[in-house]
Amino acid sequence: MSNYNNEMVEKFRGNFLKEVEANVEEGDWVKMCMQCGVCSGSCPLGPHWEHPPQEIFMLIRANKREEVLNSSSMWMCTSCYNCIARCPRGLPITHIMHGLATYAKRLGLAPKQQATAKFAQLFWDNLVKTGRVNELKLGLSLYFMNGIGEGIKTSLKMKDIGLGMLKTKRMSPMEMLGGHGCKDAKGLHAILKKAKEIEEAKIGIHGA
Amino acid sequence: MADAKIGAYICKGCGLGERLETKQLVTIATREGKAGVAKEHDFLCSAAGVEMIQNDINNEGVNRVVIAACSRRAKTEAFAFDGEITLSRVNLREGVIWVRPDTDEARETTEEMAADYVRMGCAEAKYMTPPASAQEKGSNNHLLVVGGGMSGMTAAIEAAKAGYPVTIVEKTGALGGAAANFYKRIPDRSPYAEPMDTGIDAMIKTIEADAKISVKLNSTITKTSGAPGSFSADITTESGATSTENFGAIIMASGFKSYDMNLLPELGGGKSPDVVDQMGLEKLAKAANGGAIKRPSDGREIKKVIFVQCAGQRSEKEGHLSYCSGHCCSTSIKQAMYFKDQNPDIETDILFTDLRTPGAPGEDFYRSGQEKGITFRKGVVSDVSPAGGSLKVKFKDLILNEEISDEADLVVLATGQVANAGVDIEAVKQDEPGEWKVNADSILNMNYRQGKDLPHLKHGFNDSHFICFPYETRRTGIYTCGPVRRPMDIQQAIEDATGAALKAIQAMENAQLGRAAHPRSGDLSYPSFRKEGCTQCKRCTVECPFGAIDEDERRYPVFNESRCRRCGTCMGACPVRVISFENYSVETVGQQLKAVDMPDEFSEKPRILVLACENDAYPALDMAAQQGMQYSAFTRVIPVRCLGSVNTIWITDALNSGYDGAILMGCQKGDNYQCHFVKGSELAHMRMSKIDDTLKTLNLEQERVATYEVAITDIKRAPQLIEDMAATIEKIGMSPFKF
Amino acid sequence: MAKKSYSFYPGCSSQKAASSSNYQVSVDAMCDVLDIELNEIPDWNCCSASIGYAGGGELPRLALSARNMALSEQAHPGQDIVATCAACWLSTKETQERLHSDKDLLAETNTALAEAGLKLKNDKNVRHMVEVLIEDLGYDELGKHVKKPLEGMKIAGYVGCQTNRPFGIAGESFENPMYLDKLINTMGAEACETYEKKVSCCGGALAFSEPEKSQALIKDIIESAYDNGADMIVTPCPVCQMNTEVYQDQINAKYGTKFKMPVVYYSTLMSVAYGKNGKEAGLNGHIIPAKQLEAIAGK
Repeated sequence: MSNYNNEMVEKFRGNFLKEVEANVEEGDWVKMCMQCGVCSGSCPLGPHWEHPPQEIFMLIRANKREEVLNSSSMWMCTSCYNCIARCPRGLPITHIMHGLATYAKRLGLAPKQQATAKFAQLFWDNLVKTGRVNELKLGLSLYFMNGIGEGIKTSLKMKDIGLGMLKTKRMSPMEMLGGHGCKDAKGLHAILKKAKEIEEAKIGIHGA
Repeated sequence: MADAKIGAYICKGCGLGERLETKQLVTIATREGKAGVAKEHDFLCSAAGVEMIQNDINNEGVNRVVIAACSRRAKTEAFAFDGEITLSRVNLREGVIWVRPDTDEARETTEEMAADYVRMGCAEAKYMTPPASAQEKGSNNHLLVVGGGMSGMTAAIEAAKAGYPVTIVEKTGALGGAAANFYKRIPDRSPYAEPMDTGIDAMIKTIEADAKISVKLNSTITKTSGAPGSFSADITTESGATSTENFGAIIMASGFKSYDMNLLPELGGGKSPDVVDQMGLEKLAKAANGGAIKRPSDGREIKKVIFVQCAGQRSEKEGHLSYCSGHCCSTSIKQAMYFKDQNPDIETDILFTDLRTPGAPGEDFYRSGQEKGITFRKGVVSDVSPAGGSLKVKFKDLILNEEISDEADLVVLATGQVANAGVDIEAVKQDEPGEWKVNADSILNMNYRQGKDLPHLKHGFNDSHFICFPYETRRTGIYTCGPVRRPMDIQQAIEDATGAALKAIQAMENAQLGRAAHPRSGDLSYPSFRKEGCTQCKRCTVECPFGAIDEDERRYPVFNESRCRRCGTCMGACPVRVISFENYSVETVGQQLKAVDMPDEFSEKPRILVLACENDAYPALDMAAQQGMQYSAFTRVIPVRCLGSVNTIWITDALNSGYDGAILMGCQKGDNYQCHFVKGSELAHMRMSKIDDTLKTLNLEQERVATYEVAITDIKRAPQLIEDMAATIEKIGMSPFKF
Repeated sequence: MAKKSYSFYPGCSSQKAASSSNYQVSVDAMCDVLDIELNEIPDWNCCSASIGYAGGGELPRLALSARNMALSEQAHPGQDIVATCAACWLSTKETQERLHSDKDLLAETNTALAEAGLKLKNDKNVRHMVEVLIEDLGYDELGKHVKKPLEGMKIAGYVGCQTNRPFGIAGESFENPMYLDKLINTMGAEACETYEKKVSCCGGALAFSEPEKSQALIKDIIESAYDNGADMIVTPCPVCQMNTEVYQDQINAKYGTKFKMPVVYYSTLMSVAYGKNGKEAGLNGHIIPAKQLEAIAGK
């Protein structure tokens, strides 16, 4: 993937805005930000963003490629859509943040130890497997995503919640043995593979 | 003229009949008010009621009509009678029953209130005479437009379209003004996305083809005298040849100069030919005419342009402009588009602190700029200097909170507009009468007592009743439009000029009918003055907000009736009370306040006199009444044309005759004035600041007289101010001056 | 009222032994009373919620929902797609709108769907169950079926994010939507009108990855319910329900609070008011028991 990164650096040399417009979901909108800051002020995790959305947009226009793509910022998005609802310019900010996160991941620039980045990947992998999310496996893989030791600690911490869920029949150990899934998982995989191919061809990722 | 005969008519409609002893009021009008005819009627504003009054005017010789019904602001169309009469309105509805509770305890004082107002109405009627139109009537309807730029040309074309002959006097050798140098202008129609043609060439062609418009180039005004309908102007060419022509009204559209960017060396002004102001960029773009704009220094291709907003403006630094010129953000967007439309790869950065794009195109045009790829950065520029063949721009990015050093091939400074508003008459000494001479810096060179040009308000722009009535200057019949009045762009100047043309036409038409111009449009009364009593103190000539009064060689005032707005500020100023209007005078108000029945000191019934400006305060009290608010039954309100017309004798008389308190309510004064007569409220406040001496002489408490600024929206506050005074009187006790 | 039929997209969390399986139980009970028929989309798949973006690009994510919609077109022509889960509804509706406004994207999506022999016309409405209740039945109709009015209960209507933004319910504001309050009042309970956390975010999926930051948000949401005198919280969203219910002990441990606030679904509330028993209303699926509702349901 770092190869892809080098290619993109080469291709858009010095114009990160153009790169975002070409390769990021809803990236066309970035130039329309008028820097009012309503998004940043409306974000539930706003204070935890290294660069809140308003700054992200400015950084893009100021050509700060690494600063944006290496940032943990976009991974702080809870998808509450408050920024979208309030943006006076109608920017689909939530989608742009998701798009930037996806793009950073593709370039191999997303922060390696970012919890949401990891969880989001686990979620995707989990759902793709059978076509439906297996909550038990997802939960466990989440707890163990930072290694066995961390995993046991987290599991113990979450033990009561797990027991609660078991008792109320909102979780079942049986899910470990396969559980729910699409009958035509094969068809679904074929669809996803094709969709990935089409998209990657558009943004210049070769031979994925 | 026939003898005065008062006809007093008491209305019983709108609940007046139920709340008041109207029969008693008829008796009061007859016995105390000396009304020749006094009647009550169930519904005075009905066709039958109006007919009854008109009959009395036609057949009974009634010529002083007193209507005791609703506020003078209501039913004005119904109570418009034919004949040479005066009309007094006694406000029993909004002024009495609506502000008093309908209770047994309140009945007596409410009744007394109504009775006093009937007495006051009759007293006013007795001292009024029907106004005849001014003797001085203009007859000229030729419009003079000073300045041949966008504003002046628009005014001329609009007035000519309405059928009025126009003369444009332009200082330079060509029409077009500043806009003639523009490549394009900010769009004036949807979708507000692309710069558009200025339209200057087409306008010049229109003017040249219009037989009603004559143009005098290379010419200035070396003398202006007269009044609406009868102005006279000396027009002098560069060579010195002067012709005198007559005009009905004048529009001053002398435009602006750009702030001198050489005063901004820190932003590179004057340090490199590649630093230009917005006017400079227009010239470059016009020369390129759609092709690539080249660098002035070496003709090289431009790859990056930085626009610096608020250059030397919106700044409190010494020598900078403190105001926002309004158009510069949109202008920079337009200019960045010049580059982007020619070559989208040219980088155009607009550095702003607050992007402001007022007016209809604003947001859409801004958005269009963003779509074209103009970069907008919120930043403060600290330094622009030439470095190695390009320009180094240092700024602080306010979003990223970071000091940035950038490079550009061209820097455009958005400097502000400075008005071409003539001399500041308050700053220069006026010529003595008889020693008047031309001032080369003056635009109009008026021979008025108060000075050669239109007064300035703030920042060197002409005063033009900014808040309520744009275009209205403080010289009747002379209107300003365009950036001489406030900073603006082409579209705003066009709208401005169209409005000013209309106002000028109105003024010419009114002058021919001997009627007042705005805001007492159609008023036929005018001030007359008893020369024998005049002490030549000059207060009226100095204080008239409209410079309507000149002085003769013996320093007596010379009233120019057509210049007069009928505010009465002269009447309020006159220490010997020799100035009056036929239907508004020291007596018409003075006799009203004396007509009030004054209970004795031990009655526990104080009297509060309220002199309320009829433009704002009086309507506010009416509206308070409409909303069911109440105030003290001891209040007696008299509307005045303007607080400026209040003569301090009224206050002295009121205190001497036993009033316990007096309140003056006028409009907002100062730079953000809302006074319809600009200076009236301010002058009144100044005069009243000296009333303390009078109070001291009478050994009365200072709190008994209060002066307030009251806006038309002060619906809750206005009655509260009266209540406050009532409370004050309760605290300090009754006045001992009861007779 | 005649029976109403919809093409139903239940979503992963509603499945048996999944985190909002009790939501599904109560929805079934509610629909039974209201004569609503929910026809499950055959072989539906996960929508990837709003968190699939690390692994899936834009088109793969759109393709997930597109597959469900294509299956619905095949199996239930003419029926609106209805979802009960906020994230399922949002993802599907977003896909519907996106592919509607971008024909190229629709063509690309169909190229992908063709791999499994599917084709999307994209001619269906995508609706949340709450829209069905309010728009197709109306408050009056919903009120008619109340057998046990929930008198004396004060309830904080927690609308949350994704049933409210960016689409929301027609005619409602983003900042203060009233439909949930109206539903509560229709069931005979009293809505907390001044519940200021009504549309605040609970952290969503980040409750897993950023537990501390999310729990700080959750704490405010519960605290405000207490401050407004609420006996319980009601919500239309499975993630909201789970986040505000299951972390209360951890929040208590960290902040020294004594939260024990039941959090139920609107459908739970309605099922109880409609006379269903505790099991039918899914009340046994709550970690913090809604005792007042249990009492009414047990009567």
